[in-house]
Amino acid sequence: MRTRLPRALGALAFYLLILVVFVYLVFPFYWAIVSSLKSPQELFQTPVTYWPTHPRWQNYLDVFTMQPFGRNLLNSAIVAGTTTLISLLVGSFAAYALGRFRFFGKRPVYYAILSVSMFPQISVLGGMYVLIKTLGLYNTWWALIFSYMIFTLPFTVWVLTSFVREIPLELEEAAYVDGATPLQTLFKVLLPLMAPGLVTSGLLAFIGAWNEFLFALTFTVDDRARTVPVAIAFFSGASQYELPWAQIMAASVIVTVPLIVLVLVFQQRIIAGLTAGAVKG
Amino acid sequence: MARRLSLSARRARIAWAFMAPSVLILLAVAAYPLFRTFQLSLFRANLLDYPLRPEWVGLANYAYMVQDLYWWTSVKNTVIFTVASVSLETVLGLGVALLVNAKFPLRGMMRTAMLIPWAIPTVVSAQMWRWMYNDVYGVINDLLLRVHLIAKPVAWLADPHLVLPAIIAVDVWKTTPFMALLLLAGLQSIPEELYEAARVDGASGVQQFWFITLPLLVPALLVALIFRTLDALRVFDVIYVMSGVNPSTMSMSVYARQQLVDFGDLGYGSALSTGIFFIIALFVALYLSVLRVEVD
Repeated sequence: MRTRLPRALGALAFYLLILVVFVYLVFPFYWAIVSSLKSPQELFQTPVTYWPTHPRWQNYLDVFTMQPFGRNLLNSAIVAGTTTLISLLVGSFAAYALGRFRFFGKRPVYYAILSVSMFPQISVLGGMYVLIKTLGLYNTWWALIFSYMIFTLPFTVWVLTSFVREIPLELEEAAYVDGATPLQTLFKVLLPLMAPGLVTSGLLAFIGAWNEFLFALTFTVDDRARTVPVAIAFFSGASQYELPWAQIMAASVIVTVPLIVLVLVFQQRIIAGLTAGAVKG
Repeated sequence: MARRLSLSARRARIAWAFMAPSVLILLAVAAYPLFRTFQLSLFRANLLDYPLRPEWVGLANYAYMVQDLYWWTSVKNTVIFTVASVSLETVLGLGVALLVNAKFPLRGMMRTAMLIPWAIPTVVSAQMWRWMYNDVYGVINDLLLRVHLIAKPVAWLADPHLVLPAIIAVDVWKTTPFMALLLLAGLQSIPEELYEAARVDGASGVQQFWFITLPLLVPALLVALIFRTLDALRVFDVIYVMSGVNPSTMSMSVYARQQLVDFGDLGYGSALSTGIFFIIALFVALYLSVLRVEVD
C-alpha cells in the first residue's frame, strides 16, 4: 500500500510529460491544418478560433489556381528525384571502391569526401553562381541538380560505404571465380544486397534536396525552375501587406503529408541512416 | 610475388575507375566553386556583369571586412543563435531521449512525431511559426493572454529584442527531436546488464544516471553536439524566412548572401563566404579529430 501510491503518481507524471512533449511536437502541424481550412474572415478575427467553423477546402484549390504551386511541385519532384538517382548510381560506384578495394590515395579521398559534406553551402555560393551562369544552367532544373550534388553525393558515399563493408566477402569471391567483371559483381551481387542502404541514403538525399532553400533561392528567378520551399517563402496575396496565410498553410500541409507518409513507412530506415551518419565512425 | 603486385596494381586501377565519377563531380561542384570563391574575394566584381569584369584589389575586401560593423553583428548573432539553440537542444533532447527510452504503449507513434519536425522543409516550419507568432491573429499571443502570462499582445517578430529568441525557439522545436533520436540510439547501445548490476548494488536511479548513463553517452553526445554546431553556424533558412535581412537577426550566411546576390558585390560577398568557410573549417577539423574516422 505504501509503495503503490507513489508509483501511480510516478506513472501519471511520466504520461503527463509524454503528453506535453507530444503536444509540443504536433501542435504547430495542428495549427497549420486548422488555419489552412479557415475563411479569410475567420483567419483574421480575434479572439482566435481553435476549430474552423466552416472548413474552407477551397484554400487547397486556390494554392493551385492562384499560385503556380503545381509547377513548383513538379520542379521539386524532378530536381529531388534526379539528384537522388544520380547520387545513388555514382555513389554506389565510389562506395564499392572504398568498401572493398585497397588503393593508393584512398584515405585522402575518403577524408576529402567527408569534409565536403560538412562545409557550408554559402562558401561556394559565389563561385557556383558564376559557374552556373557560364554553363548556361541558370534558372533551370540542372542548376539545382548540379549544385545539390555537393551535399547529397558525399552523404550517399558515406552511408553506402558503411553498408558495403558489412556485406560478407564470400559472395563476391564466388562471382570472381565464375569470371564476373567488377562491374558485373557490383550490379548483380552487391547492389541487391545493398538495397537497404540504397533506400536509406536515397531517402535522406531526397529529403535533403526536396527541402533545400539557399541554392534554390539563388539560382532560380521564376517558376520555370522554382521549387516548393522558395515558392512557400514567396507566396504573395492580393496586396503587398496581406499575406495569403490560408494558402501558405495549405501549401505547407500539402508538402508535409508526403513526408509524413515517408516517415511512417521508412521510420526504421531513416533512423538507421541518421545514426549511421552520425554515431558510427 | 611479381604476380601479386600486378594484381594489386590492377585492383587499384579498377578502384580508381569506380571512384572517378564521384571525384570528378565533387571537383566540379565543390573544389572548383570553392577555389573560384577564394579567388573572387581578391577582386572587385559585379555579379550582374556578363562576362565578369573582375578588377584586382588584393586584400582590400578583407581589410573592409575587419572593420565592417554589419559583419561583426552577423557574427555575434550567429554565435548567440548557435550557443543558445545547441545548448537548449542538447538538454531538452537528452530529456526527451530518456523519456522515450522507457517502454510504453504508443512509443512508435511518439517516434514518428519526433521525426516529422526534422523531415519537413525549414521554410515550412518557419512559415508555420511565423503565423503562430503573428501579433494580432497569432495563436501564441492568444494562449499566453488566456493564461495571463502577458497582459497585451506581443509583437514577437517586430521587437528587435524578441525576434532572435523567437527564431531560436523555432530551431529548438525543429531540432530537439532530431537530437533526441541521435541520443536515443546512444542510450540503446548501453548494455542492460550494467543497470542490473547497479541495482543489485543498491544504486538509486539518479546514481545510475550519473555513473552509468551519462559517461557512456558521452561519445554520442559529443558527436551530436558537433554535428549540430556545424549546422547552426551556417544557419540561413529559418532566419531569412522569419525576418529577412535584418541587423537584429541576420546570421553570417544571411549577410554574405545579401552582399553577394542582392547587392551583386561578388568580391566582398566572396570574402565574407571565405571567412565563414575558415570559421567552420576549424570546427570540421575538431570534428574529424574527435571522431577519428577509421578508413580501413
